Amino acid sequence: MATTDVALHQAAGQVGPKRVVNNMSIQVATVNGSGSQSSNTVLLRSIFQMGVPVSGKNLFPSNIAGLPTWYTIRANKDGYIARKKEIDFVVAMNSETAQEDVMSLAPGASVLYDEPLNLSSLRQDLIFYAVPYDKLVAPVCPEAKLRKLVKNMIYVGVVAKLLEIDMAEVEKAIRKQFAKKVKAANLNLAAVQAGFDYAAANLPKRDPYVIQRMDKTTGKIIIDGNAAAALGCMFAGVTMVSWYPITPSSSLPESLIEYMKRFRIGADGKATFAIVQAEDELAAVGMVVGAGWAGARAMTATAGPGISLMAEFAGLAYYAEVPGVIWDIQRVGPSTGLPTRTSQGDILFNAFLSHGDTKHILLIPCSAEECFTMAQDAFDLAERFQTLVFVMSDLDLGMNNWMADPFKYPEKPIERGKVLAKEDLDRLGNFARYKDVDGDGIGYRTLPGTDHPAAAYFSRGSGHNEKSQYSERPDDFEKNMERINRKFETARSFVPRPEMVSNGKSKIGFIAYGTSHWAMIESRDQLRKEYNIETDYLRLRAYPFTREVHEFVKQHDRVYVVEQNRDAQMLSLLKLDLEAALVPRLRSIAHIHGLPLDARSVTDELMTMEGK
Amino acid sequence: MATTTSTPGPKTNRIGLAVLDYKGGRTTLCAGCGHNAISERIIDAMFEMGVPPERVAKLSGIGCSSKSPAYFMGRSHSFNAVHGRMPSVATGAMLANRNLLALGVSGDGDTASIGVGQFVHLMRRNLPIIYIIEDNGVYGLTKGQFSATADLGSKLKTGVINDLPPIDTCAMAITLGATFVGRSFSGDKKQLHSMMKAAIAHRGTVMLDIVSPCVTFNDHEGSTKSYKYMKDHDEPLQEISFVPAFEEIDVEYDPGTSIEVTMHDGSKLRLRKR
Repeated sequence: MATTDVALHQAAGQVGPKRVVNNMSIQVATVNGSGSQSSNTVLLRSIFQMGVPVSGKNLFPSNIAGLPTWYTIRANKDGYIARKKEIDFVVAMNSETAQEDVMSLAPGASVLYDEPLNLSSLRQDLIFYAVPYDKLVAPVCPEAKLRKLVKNMIYVGVVAKLLEIDMAEVEKAIRKQFAKKVKAANLNLAAVQAGFDYAAANLPKRDPYVIQRMDKTTGKIIIDGNAAAALGCMFAGVTMVSWYPITPSSSLPESLIEYMKRFRIGADGKATFAIVQAEDELAAVGMVVGAGWAGARAMTATAGPGISLMAEFAGLAYYAEVPGVIWDIQRVGPSTGLPTRTSQGDILFNAFLSHGDTKHILLIPCSAEECFTMAQDAFDLAERFQTLVFVMSDLDLGMNNWMADPFKYPEKPIERGKVLAKEDLDRLGNFARYKDVDGDGIGYRTLPGTDHPAAAYFSRGSGHNEKSQYSERPDDFEKNMERINRKFETARSFVPRPEMVSNGKSKIGFIAYGTSHWAMIESRDQLRKEYNIETDYLRLRAYPFTREVHEFVKQHDRVYVVEQNRDAQMLSLLKLDLEAALVPRLRSIAHIHGLPLDARSVTDELMTMEGK
Repeated sequence: MATTTSTPGPKTNRIGLAVLDYKGGRTTLCAGCGHNAISERIIDAMFEMGVPPERVAKLSGIGCSSKSPAYFMGRSHSFNAVHGRMPSVATGAMLANRNLLALGVSGDGDTASIGVGQFVHLMRRNLPIIYIIEDNGVYGLTKGQFSATADLGSKLKTGVINDLPPIDTCAMAITLGATFVGRSFSGDKKQLHSMMKAAIAHRGTVMLDIVSPCVTFNDHEGSTKSYKYMKDHDEPLQEISFVPAFEEIDVEYDPGTSIEVTMHDGSKLRLRKR
């Protein structure tokens, strides 16, 4: 725990003059399926509208209704939006978990609980607020069957009063949440008001946490990574999407369906795209390969178990050189693992997905903005290199709410790669599909349906020569595989470059990627402020690695690779890529427990490894 | 047929292509393999129907049958995909380019075992594809193991008796709502030719199960998919022929007169109005 937080917690428990402004982590514990998602979103948006940087993380079970779920809102004036280990303010609505939730708190934390749970006797070192929700809900919600849902909106009002959140912002957030459902909005608004009034009359403030207006969210939006990815894919010109439902990826194609129905219907009223819910992931990726071969921008979205099933087709696409985009919204494996928890556990598997010598381009977004921009990068790279491109998102990014700058209309022209049209063939006479004409390893392809007698070629996953004829000749095979490898080497200059922070003096470097980024920003500040340790940082955005990655390792004595898996997967990839002398510089900070990475764990582990 | 007095040139179809334009590479399948006969029927039917070869996308899975697209229609794009999963590749290709005519060639191993899931869903969707199963009851490329269409009690070359009932791909396709289902025999040139032309004319999924003997592994006594067995059990239920639909021909003439109308195939029809 940070020293400043300890001081604060010790001061709490009695009414202190100290107020903790715009720096807290609120955890709402409810029962899955009780409608708490709306209440939590309203609370999150209210804080966001107050101008305070905020993130919302849903920790939910693999279940439709009945099991415990936790939603954590972190508000932080400095913009730290990674998960914070310590919870400052608990809203305990779930009898099943309430005791454990309370017992795990650090001294000084606050607990807002449903009166019958009777939690205040559990500990002496916490601040307790009791609210009789059932008594409050009856007058505002005459319809008994809705009460379970409306009850959850009452705590929003109580929290708003206690944290000094402007009720006008709460109302605005409710109107947005329920949009055209005016009746529902009014009902929920009444519930929030009941909570607010109860707190005003009965709950004198004893905790230090308050939200005060700032201007750090001006112009920003709140969006989940999967919706951002869907928008990115639409703007990138996707026309064929096949998918099979799997958590945490389903909301990507489902968002895409909504966007495409709104914005991609032709003048004749017909869809200009096809989105197919396939029979399984084998078929989903097969359709991508077929559509990519036939010239469409094609994609699927899945998670680890789906990736396992797609392995064979990934090899075909690699070897037959067919473009396509696969979004892997990573969850915790192996096997079914923890389907509703986050990880960065598919890195190694995707990098080499399929049997034989295969290598794939991976793009790794860390934010909603990058989910949007990397969508176009992915399609452009897939078509340029005539291969699959994997976008390695994760559950934390894909399904949680993130602040983002509004997305810019793409400026780059779309890159369709080397495709010969009828007119090219008229000029050339013929072509050899897998011939390296330009020295970059990339051959020219034609699309089925091209109206020229010399346009056709035979795609296959079996051995072939540069004219795409069946061949078992050792020299044909070797030459072809070397050429495909040349493409991969060429790709190093085209994939998104890493983002680097370097002061030129630090001996310690961090390498991280994806959503680990948010803990990294905070951890580096902790190291500087608390231990006076300056660190450099490189955030990987793609595989294959660009030359900056090699340079970065060269410039540091010790390079800590931070990631959310057990086996230090990215570190292993780096080992394969770096010159041997640099490999001993790499150290691993790798964790997998299903929760988003927090800064404190990184800071503590670095200090231990540094022997301090 | 229309007669002509000029020297006959190479015969061309209605888009001006010769049958040679529909040929493919030299087959590497066994001499006498039923699959080669099916390739010939595809060539003839596509030629006669005047299908532009550039409009056709050939798709296949893995196995002897799936190699065969290399041996016909060299001017058509082709994709030899993974085992049993050709239907999804075909689906993707058709969704990407709705002007393509998809021709899928599979085998009984490729369809009825590893590919049965994708087969089922292809039939459900009724996309415009001709899906041919070159059905010989055995896995040829792996040297003659039973497939899931082998009949109960049929015998392998090694003497092994099949003790499982076969999957009837036609019955399955019908229950799944396929809109054109046929079964034929690679050795029945006339029937297969008509069926293939009808398949080309159909809009929707065509499923053809064509018994196609494997001369190397399943053409012996005790096999129910041998040439001899097929000839002994060939009981045609009806004569199948195909009349293609063409543009309607309109004629106008006065009562009391007659008119000679030239049909699309060159034949003539005399009409008289009273």
